[in-house]
Amino acid sequence: MTAVPAKQVSNEKVLLGDEAVATGALDAGISAAYSYPGTPATEIAEYLVRHAKKHGRPHASWTTNEKTAYEEALGASMVGRRALVSMKHVGLNVAADPFMNSAIIAINGGLVVAVADDPGMHSSQNEQDTRYFADFAHTICLEPATQQQAYDMTREGFDLSERFQVPVVIRLVTRLAHSRAVVQVKPPRPENDLRKAPDPSKWILLPGNARKGWQALLDRLPDIREYTETCVHNVLTLNADDRTLGVITTGTARNYFLECAGQLKTMPSHLHVGAYPLPVQKIRKLLDHVERVLVIEEGYPLLEGQLRGLLPEIKPIAGKLSGELPLAGELNTDLVRKALGLSERTATVLTTLPLPGRPPQLCSGCPHQDSFKALKDVLKGFDHSLVSADIGCYTLGALPPYEAIESCVCMGASVGLAKGAAEAGFHPAVAVIGDSTFLHSGVTPLMDAVAADANMTLLILDNGTVGMTGGQPTMLSSSGIEKLVLGTGVKPEHFKVIEAHPKKTEQMAEVIRKEIDHRGLSVIIMVRECLETARRSKKKVAS
Amino acid sequence: MKRDIIIAGVGGQGVLSISTIIAASALKEGLHVKQAEVHGMAQRGGAVVSDLRLSDSPIHSSTIPRGCADVILSMEPLESLRYLEYLSPEGLVVASESPVINISDYPELESVLAAIKNLPRSVLVDADGLARKAGSPRASNMVMVGAVSGSLPLRQDTLESFITEAFAGKGEKMVQTNIDAFRAGRALSN
Ligand code: SF4
Repeated sequence: MTAVPAKQVSNEKVLLGDEAVATGALDAGISAAYSYPGTPATEIAEYLVRHAKKHGRPHASWTTNEKTAYEEALGASMVGRRALVSMKHVGLNVAADPFMNSAIIAINGGLVVAVADDPGMHSSQNEQDTRYFADFAHTICLEPATQQQAYDMTREGFDLSERFQVPVVIRLVTRLAHSRAVVQVKPPRPENDLRKAPDPSKWILLPGNARKGWQALLDRLPDIREYTETCVHNVLTLNADDRTLGVITTGTARNYFLECAGQLKTMPSHLHVGAYPLPVQKIRKLLDHVERVLVIEEGYPLLEGQLRGLLPEIKPIAGKLSGELPLAGELNTDLVRKALGLSERTATVLTTLPLPGRPPQLCSGCPHQDSFKALKDVLKGFDHSLVSADIGCYTLGALPPYEAIESCVCMGASVGLAKGAAEAGFHPAVAVIGDSTFLHSGVTPLMDAVAADANMTLLILDNGTVGMTGGQPTMLSSSGIEKLVLGTGVKPEHFKVIEAHPKKTEQMAEVIRKEIDHRGLSVIIMVRECLETARRSKKKVAS
Repeated sequence: MKRDIIIAGVGGQGVLSISTIIAASALKEGLHVKQAEVHGMAQRGGAVVSDLRLSDSPIHSSTIPRGCADVILSMEPLESLRYLEYLSPEGLVVASESPVINISDYPELESVLAAIKNLPRSVLVDADGLARKAGSPRASNMVMVGAVSGSLPLRQDTLESFITEAFAGKGEKMVQTNIDAFRAGRALSN
């Protein structure tokens, strides 16, 4: 190997897919960025928040949840500035209301929503595919295959958003979000001037206006389709000498196909799709050219499903719906190899030893351990009990040695679940939620519980941080959360705050026991800072 | 020329720092690089892996296909066995012999080490011991970088310059400790 001397050009950066999105947004001249942390999207906003701390502008901040993040970004767009909002896939469920409606209001300053899907569920509750959301809203979705595209598409997304007056979705997947490669960046563009949306009626979605807005969006669709039909992200390469196989790839699926393509006898005709709505003409051209087609997409079979339609197939289509590729989980080169009919590679196998899994676990000394110990001690005294829980490090309390919780559905669900169970007649019903998740989506069901004086006990594990995603700040301090809880009308005599400490588990258990015995709503906050966050802030003080 | 390297360990062992130092060195030497990382939930004391791909021609996938890894570099013996299906038949395993036993069903250490020794090409490294000798048990990941460096198409001074850069913020002594750790590992690989 001859090592070429390094290219010392400053327009090259080594970036995670997430960071490429952030850099693309910065260079597109955003004025604001908002996000709620969630793997695999967290590093987008982390990058921008760090940048804002260092340089002052553009504004970048964490928010209470994805819905507030989206609405704040929309506010920036309303006054003509560009804004980025980023979140994990399930975050868009929370932000679905503003997202769907923002497609109708005639976006002013460019609005890009970067959503990171998690096929394979590395760190998620499901593997929903955000391309369906973009389709649902009738807007543009760009799907990068590389870090370079993540940068380019994000930049371009802002132009498209202003041109077509729609929010533009950038759909990432874990493998792109969390892998690094070299990205060539271009000179940055300045921020937009302040320019309030010229026609406020477009932003007032009264039925009369909304009907007009919806129609206007439908009228813009042919132009949007014309764009995706001709843009550089949807690339059709026909092999004139071989008409047997056509391959359609979307997003990162292209990488796996290209890994294998060199080993095929002939290069199949290939359509790569990186921009939606689907380029129907290009798809037709490919299908006209070949005998059969293989569709490789990361996520749900969106394109494949549309291609099959309801009527009998015109040509044989292979993909996830016909079993050549699995419907569940993440794609990889080996699965694509098989679908292309290439032989499996020899692998080393371990026969001598059973290999135990090594699941993630709570840090040793984590305050949640004390809370779980106290709770389990109390519940031993009951024949049956229900502990609904939520999303965060404490979800690991489902695993041995704790096995202390019985649910994890979506952000904030623990509170409503306990209330519903209590009202169905179950006792004791205990909900366990972290401070950040409580602020994200637990306050609203708490108001329901207060109004009904539901016979349940809510444990808020207050560690002063968003622990699981790396210690982002919460929106309210511990004292703020106390005031908030009392402000919802929780009875002060059934509101307790206690330190979560290994030496205090008996006292904690005593408090929990008493409040479970109370027939009505109780809220107990167990406080101690996350060890990781404490370590990080100490480091910061020291340096 | 390509080198597909799987870097394995347990959350908190510095797998990402290893990956970052090798990746930066490869870029400096003009190679194409793709590096896949694990973030989020798995970092909490669970199995952690980073796929690092170096090549003199463009790389498509950021993950390494089955049977293609040239090297598995593992901060922990059991973890080095977890990804064997990705190792090429001629591939090399370089593993630290110090276990992290944070699960109840961890197999007999002797049988884990025996399984590694039984592989066609493997090296067990007393990473913790060499790191302690170099000045800090926390430098064991740099011992491992050293131990694998002989199998990488990278120059020693390039790797050392990025180790220096990575620890510069922690003071000169820390830099020297990590460089010494790297050299102790490298001595094994020569
Ligand atoms: S990161 Fe914090 S909250 Fe999460 S397990 Fe560790 S100490 Fe507990």
